[in-house]
Amino acid sequence: MITYIIRRTLYMLPLLIVVSLLSFAIIQLMPGDYLTRSRLNPDITQETFDRLAERYGLTKPFIVRWWTWLVGIITRGDFGLSFETKRPVYFTLFQGNRLWWTLLVSLSTLIMTWLLAIPIGIYSATHQYKVSDHVLTFFGFLGLSIPNFFFALVILWMLVALIKVRRFGLGVSGLFDNRYVSAPWSLAKFGNLLWHLWPAWVVIGTSAMAGLIRLMRGSLLDTLSLQYVQTARAKGLNERVVVYKHAVRNAINPLVSILGLQLPNLVAGSLIVARVMNLPTVERAFFASLQAQDEYVIMGGLLFFSLFLLIGNLIADILLAWVDPRIRYT
Amino acid sequence: MAWLRSRKTKKLEQEVGERTFVSRSQGEMIWRAFRRHRVGNVGSAIVILLALAAIFAEFVAPYSYATQFRAYSYSPPSTLHYRSEAGFTLRPFVYETKRAFDPETYQAIFTEDTSKRYYLRMFVRGEEYSLLGLFKTNVHLFGAVAEDGSTTPVFLFGTDQFGRDLFSRTMIGGRISLAVGPLVILFSMPLSIVMGGLSGYYGGGIDMFLQRLGEVFMAVPGLPILLAMGAALGGLGLTSTQVFLGIIIALSLISWAGGARVIRGQVLAIREMEFVYAAKAVGSTDLRIILRHITPNVFSYLIVAATLTIPGMMLTEAALSFLGYGIREPMTSWGQLLNAATNIGGIEQHPWMLIPGVFIVIAVLAFNFMGDALRDAVDPYSIV
Repeated sequence: MITYIIRRTLYMLPLLIVVSLLSFAIIQLMPGDYLTRSRLNPDITQETFDRLAERYGLTKPFIVRWWTWLVGIITRGDFGLSFETKRPVYFTLFQGNRLWWTLLVSLSTLIMTWLLAIPIGIYSATHQYKVSDHVLTFFGFLGLSIPNFFFALVILWMLVALIKVRRFGLGVSGLFDNRYVSAPWSLAKFGNLLWHLWPAWVVIGTSAMAGLIRLMRGSLLDTLSLQYVQTARAKGLNERVVVYKHAVRNAINPLVSILGLQLPNLVAGSLIVARVMNLPTVERAFFASLQAQDEYVIMGGLLFFSLFLLIGNLIADILLAWVDPRIRYT
Repeated sequence: MAWLRSRKTKKLEQEVGERTFVSRSQGEMIWRAFRRHRVGNVGSAIVILLALAAIFAEFVAPYSYATQFRAYSYSPPSTLHYRSEAGFTLRPFVYETKRAFDPETYQAIFTEDTSKRYYLRMFVRGEEYSLLGLFKTNVHLFGAVAEDGSTTPVFLFGTDQFGRDLFSRTMIGGRISLAVGPLVILFSMPLSIVMGGLSGYYGGGIDMFLQRLGEVFMAVPGLPILLAMGAALGGLGLTSTQVFLGIIIALSLISWAGGARVIRGQVLAIREMEFVYAAKAVGSTDLRIILRHITPNVFSYLIVAATLTIPGMMLTEAALSFLGYGIREPMTSWGQLLNAATNIGGIEQHPWMLIPGVFIVIAVLAFNFMGDALRDAVDPYSIV
């Protein structure tokens, strides 16, 4: 198992290098690199200009510049300099607690999705073809079809215009209301955080949840028709024990295997929510860099998202081996 | 052992004996299975309806997507009246609205001038346009005309900041939104077939290389890369048509890998079948075997995969355009229309700007149902 993890981790490196080349190539498409733009800026002296050009090899051909950048990352952990903030890329992307907020938003969404989807899936399967099952299936399809950004807008609109939450002194953007932003941690502040997080959970998680419910329902129905379940029932076991201890335990395995496939959706969802709800996450810094055409920050962001996906996939595979002991990696 | 058979079985035997058997072609069986899937039929009907509305968008829309009614900036949807002093009428009518400003908040208030009724009529003459790019006409599906022949603008979905009719823009925008999916498939499907086919058919080094290549494309985070591509494309000073094509190509590039992997698996299985050996034995070339013997066998999968990819592509395009890195003005799509509703203050005041999003939901839902029905139907021998 450990050799497997090490091998997989090493395998991530060439992938990341190719992704870096890809993102570098895309950024090169952008017109007028920083060099040409800073010529127009009177604040930048000729020396600074030359120094920057020297440091990033801005005058050299594409492949050389990519190589310089890559070597910088590997040897010095230098992801480049943000042209906009004049600070290192990792600082621009992760400044403040952005990284932690990103992880908090994504991981809490993932947990909430699973916590809700599995019981609903079990309910749907044990009530197959009942009205409640049909209703849940319909909502599942709706959840798969509603674009998450539109969902976010609709939720915000309902909160602000229909329920008028501002009457209660509650806002809908950011992670905290103004009066809590710089306040020390307290129960009230935590409650305020939860109030700001739940729309994000709903928006990011809905499509994944709909998929999970469908999968859990199908998987449990398959398992319930197996002979060992019949045997368990024939033995006279309690139906609860049959479903939860015998069937569900095995029906969950295929769900874990699609955990990795959910991650791109998670990244996309967080991007959109960060924009619509204005969350102080890495995604917001990424958007700012897109707007400013801040080349190295965009590339750093792309690498960050790739790394997030790769690590997530690795964890998903490890989880799968843990949940299903029949799977052995060599 | 005849005495063992129940009466029911005997009755069944009789019935079967009397029944006439018809042989059906594969196509017929697929069609019958597809017809049986009721939700799928509804979905397909909606898809066809939306497609027709998009094709004849200029006719369905009362105005051009660019026409600005400056006096009607952010006008709410026109109220359709069905009740007159004569009681309920099936002919809806609207009143002319006038804009005034609230003296305190300086917000626009639209009030109806109830002195004159404008009835909604079909086939009203209005702006000239060219239908299907073939012939010029000025007949629109509907418009509001008073008894004396005078007209007033009617905005079913309200207007945007520049006083452009949101209903007209939604109809025209549907054209782009609906075209994205099929166009992406047109580019990415051949790529998937060639890559997956080569990979599965030849195996060895080629397979190894193509699989690793596919893994790279699957490892890249889709939306962030597309956003970066969109930002790069936007800065190049391209026309909106070129940006549109760029988005199609970008979407194709990041979406071929998944399909290629499945096709590879199928080709791997089919490659070992007797008919392929037979084809080899009679001296067919590799190309002929791939195109004539293997491709038809994965064809049903391809059609289903295509239908089920369309909604995903639509959603991605919508998200991209919504964030401002996809379709650009003056072109428009459902996602791009929602871009005007990004901030919460705006939505609060002009909630009708959210209407195009409902079309995305309906279209995606319809495509999903249609794909579901197709998936069940292409395997007509399975008994569900």
